[in-house]
Amino acid sequence: MNDHHHATTYVPKSAFAKWFESRLPIAGLIHSSFVAFPVPRNLNYFWTFGGVLFVMLVLQIVTGVILAMHYTPEATKAFDSVEHIMRNVNYGWLLRYLHANGASMFFVAVYIHIFRNLYYGSYKAPREVLYILGVIIYLLMMATAFLGYTLPWGQMSFWGATVITNILAAIPVVGDAIQSLLWGGYSVGNPTLNRFFSLHYLLPFMIVGVVILHVWALHVPGNNNPAGIDIQSGRDAVPFHPYMTVKDGFSLVVFLIFFAWWVFYMPNYLGHADNYIPANPAVTPAHIVPEWYFLPFYAILRAIPDKLGGVIAMFGSIVVLALVPWLDTSKVRSAVYRPIYKQFFWIWVVVCVILGWLGAKPAEGGYVIAARIATAYYFAHFLVIMPLIGFFEKPKPLPRSIVDSVLGPGASRIPVGAAAAPQAKG
Amino acid sequence: MGKTMTRAALLALLAAGVGMSEPAFPAGETPVPPQLKWSWQGPFGTYDRAQLQRGFQVYREVCQACHGIQRVAFRNLAEPGGPEFTRGQVQALAAEYKIKDGPNDSGEMFERPARPADRFPWNFPNEQAAAAANGGKAPPDLSLMAKARTFERGFPWFVWDALRQYSENGADYLTALLVGYKDAPQGVTVPAGGFYNEYYPGHIIAMPPPLSDGQVTYAKGADGQPAVPETVAQYARDVTAFLAWTAEPHLEARKRLGFVVILFLIGLTALMYFTKKKVWADVGGEIEDRPGVKTV
Repeated sequence: MNDHHHATTYVPKSAFAKWFESRLPIAGLIHSSFVAFPVPRNLNYFWTFGGVLFVMLVLQIVTGVILAMHYTPEATKAFDSVEHIMRNVNYGWLLRYLHANGASMFFVAVYIHIFRNLYYGSYKAPREVLYILGVIIYLLMMATAFLGYTLPWGQMSFWGATVITNILAAIPVVGDAIQSLLWGGYSVGNPTLNRFFSLHYLLPFMIVGVVILHVWALHVPGNNNPAGIDIQSGRDAVPFHPYMTVKDGFSLVVFLIFFAWWVFYMPNYLGHADNYIPANPAVTPAHIVPEWYFLPFYAILRAIPDKLGGVIAMFGSIVVLALVPWLDTSKVRSAVYRPIYKQFFWIWVVVCVILGWLGAKPAEGGYVIAARIATAYYFAHFLVIMPLIGFFEKPKPLPRSIVDSVLGPGASRIPVGAAAAPQAKG
Repeated sequence: MGKTMTRAALLALLAAGVGMSEPAFPAGETPVPPQLKWSWQGPFGTYDRAQLQRGFQVYREVCQACHGIQRVAFRNLAEPGGPEFTRGQVQALAAEYKIKDGPNDSGEMFERPARPADRFPWNFPNEQAAAAANGGKAPPDLSLMAKARTFERGFPWFVWDALRQYSENGADYLTALLVGYKDAPQGVTVPAGGFYNEYYPGHIIAMPPPLSDGQVTYAKGADGQPAVPETVAQYARDVTAFLAWTAEPHLEARKRLGFVVILFLIGLTALMYFTKKKVWADVGGEIEDRPGVKTV
């Protein structure tokens, strides 16, 4: 870890704290990471979603652990046990709706977090590892969400599991082996549900592990910021506490209102009616559609006429994200100073939304053509447009410092005081 | 230039949405169920007790012959937020049903009258028996039906629905289905054992028209008249309301708690906002707060 940040300003006060700190300096670590840690003073509200995501992860784990106390991962009992939770467990309906909608809110927050990253160039040096850890967390989230959606063992659970495990069979050589390993048999059935439940319980703790690495990797270079320039003096920074804690807290409460809207007033809106029909291997639903947060990838999967090609494109659409630090050839981080990239960023966002909409539509006629065009554009954005813009774009002049970017040149009159004290240099 | 391109992209998105929502679902195939007014709509919605009681009566006298509500226990009928029959009524009602229990000490299965803790038994011993008696397909359990059916709303209505809390699509569909029996239009042949229904996907439904005017006799008021008309439309709405409750028995508690939670969060938001303002004032305030200064 960077010595600079952990040459902590924490001073143990009590005799016990001194004794403990000399044996396990965890209080100093926490203090330097979440109290004195210097953050750029110009972080906007898009930077508060890391905190929101952390709270969502904890909430999902807490509600999930309690739900697991009442849930039965057995094919003939799973659906009934979920209904038992909904009807007979005290506040079971609340736990389940929090957990189910919590997954959606988790993805809302992570998409804002990812779009913020791509807009302000947070993936660029020296934050590549931090960024790739984020892509890994996102992949783990997707796996966890997919596994979780199968657990109520409704029609969409069953057929979603069938579709996704079937596409894995397209992988050459090992595909069939992976598929039967996941199934635990020759089709989706009780063994599948057992292992999906086990994995659904396991993966969130792996996410916690990678989140710790993600935060660690963040605390080495520190936060990027809307100006995309480094902290140069104490004037550019404020300590994490109380400035970011209070700002993150405010943002979190607003986010919770949004969350509560779904949980209490439209808890089934983001789900599928078909999942209130118990799984029936003999009846295929008219449209098998994944949850909204998977729709763009589902559109990409179906856009490619070849099964293996579709699988490659779908996974490729996430792998390409991990390569972004090297595909972006511009030296400037923030899109604020990148007039061309800024335009293409928003076009790409619109293309993602279109892909999401197409993912919910049947794969026929004009929809397929549109999905192919959008898929091609999605990849072209990263593989062609991003590298080229770096060469042709003339960035706007960067401000000399974060303080300058905030208040214009000659902003030296801002009081710095205690705010800058814990921070000597970048 | 920046604004123009963003706007062009948004327009393209809109055009795509409007232009393409048509071909996959040809207009007129299946009409969209009308959106009815329900007492449990909106943030303060509650079930109408009298309507749930009438709906239960319709279920019992009409639907129960074929369809179960096996996830519902008799005791639920007396619980708050539902039809709220008295405990005495529920006890008497349960006693009219037979439950297969056992084995007893001599290893025999036996029948006994139901107790409030029991769930509603189905008229058929199993799926196969129900299928055999109903032309090959078992009539589905109705406990969750109001959440297990819906209809396509499409862009941009689904955005509007989220804002106005439209969650009664299942109920609207069920009522539309129950009143949607019609003579088949010219050129459509209805196979034997099937019936033409305007709102059923594919239109050919195996369930015969279940309701007819005057079929269920509602309790009379002081004036000797029932409080609501004894018509198919009214029966359909009442039984739909009852099924909305069987599907979501804690809806009232959920909405009540939701209001308190959101009120609390709004209060907390205000406190957090002013706390944040005060804290950030120490370092010259937040960038967004400075008038006349270019923000990033």
